[in-house]
Amino acid sequence: MANLGPAYYAPYPVATYDGLLTPPEGKAMLLTDIVDEEVAMREVARVMLTSDNATIFPGPQVLYAWSEEAKKKATLIKEMSEVLNAKMIPMYDYRPKYPKIDPEVEINPNHPNLTIWHNNIKAAIFIGVHCHYANVALKIVRSETDCYTIGMCALSGHEDAMATIRDQHAEDLARFIEIAKEVKQELGK
Amino acid sequence: MSVDIYKINPEFRDIMPKDILDLEDNATWGAEKRGISDLTDKKELLEEHSLCAGCPEAAALRYILTAIPKPEDTIIVNSTGCTSLMFPHIALHTVHSLFGNQNAVASGIKRALTWRFPDKDKDVVVLAGDGATVDIGLDYTLQSFFRQEKITTICFDNEVYANTGGQESGSTPKGQVFKMAPKGKVFDKVPMWELAVTSGCQYSVKLTASAPKAVARVVREAIFIARELGPTYIHLYTPCILEIGLSASEGLWEMKEQDKDRFVSFKYVSPEAEEFLKQCKKEGRL
Repeated sequence: MANLGPAYYAPYPVATYDGLLTPPEGKAMLLTDIVDEEVAMREVARVMLTSDNATIFPGPQVLYAWSEEAKKKATLIKEMSEVLNAKMIPMYDYRPKYPKIDPEVEINPNHPNLTIWHNNIKAAIFIGVHCHYANVALKIVRSETDCYTIGMCALSGHEDAMATIRDQHAEDLARFIEIAKEVKQELGK
Repeated sequence: MSVDIYKINPEFRDIMPKDILDLEDNATWGAEKRGISDLTDKKELLEEHSLCAGCPEAAALRYILTAIPKPEDTIIVNSTGCTSLMFPHIALHTVHSLFGNQNAVASGIKRALTWRFPDKDKDVVVLAGDGATVDIGLDYTLQSFFRQEKITTICFDNEVYANTGGQESGSTPKGQVFKMAPKGKVFDKVPMWELAVTSGCQYSVKLTASAPKAVARVVREAIFIARELGPTYIHLYTPCILEIGLSASEGLWEMKEQDKDRFVSFKYVSPEAEEFLKQCKKEGRL
């Protein structure tokens, strides 16, 4: 098993147990701190650019072309992966898989730790995953791995992620990409 | 909701597994005509499942899934039982209800969909075992018929509570002995297909899953009638081969035997439904 996460292997692997709630509108959360969105975006970009096997996990809400917003986001996420030098592993549905998933090609919310362990992922962005499954997956990852999780959420964020940026729509992703480019240049990556 | 929810954004095609690409490219979403013949060369809506080898229920579910006229606009409501092991693997919307509640849940979903999408056909199909339909959920099932809810109810009758060790159900035939019913059942099998007629179903059919085309035809008819007129009911024999001591290859034989015995064909079609089916045939929908 990989190293344990910040909440350790506790019977309460949930951030709310530590008094954490999702950030208020216009703000983001880094570990336990509420910060400005831009500060969080810079930190997220830095973590993704400096961690081993950084990966983006796109979920069904962006993988499938069900709305104009989803189509725009798909283009931006592809660009984001290139800027962050990140791999992409899809969470294309939530069905349990028998006998087990192939962790090389997918991540499943019922056992997301398998993909993270197998690929030795140290930082990951969850984007386009429906709230309830993001919550389940982030709790498991939090308690079972040492992966720095980032919840890029179109709604109110996820307190179980190490970093969460809320209300992320297409224009916000475009802004994040610009910030990530700057950070990349600063880091000389 | 539209069929677009199954279209992969081109930016992600290179990272999607072949199974999902195949589902987008070769499934029968949005096809005018779907049917049993699609099982041979189209991507199935159910490929893997965790039921026992040779289980007739798994075959029956495949026939049903190929017969659903608009899978992209269909919601399946299921209940606890062997069938609930398969539903997480189906590539369309399913809702798992509490044991026995399935027809109440389906009624709510249908009403909400009718209100939300007044110009679209949204089909709600209940798939539950005999325990959920005939015993624990009998009240909810019959009440949905009384209320003339526009849903299709399909009962997978294996005549036993199979995955809890073999207890008798209301649908078990008189005298049948199971592991957890050693004295044999003392009263007759509940004639659910007849109760469905008495309770106001527009269409009630009893059959086995021995003939795929017959199952598919009945399912299609039932869904079309439910859309326009009111509740429809299908009572489908899918024996539990383990509980009655058969091998994986003997399920079909058992169903064929029962075609001549307990499951000799029963079909009730209300006069309005009869007229409606004629119209559907004329329009080429059946």
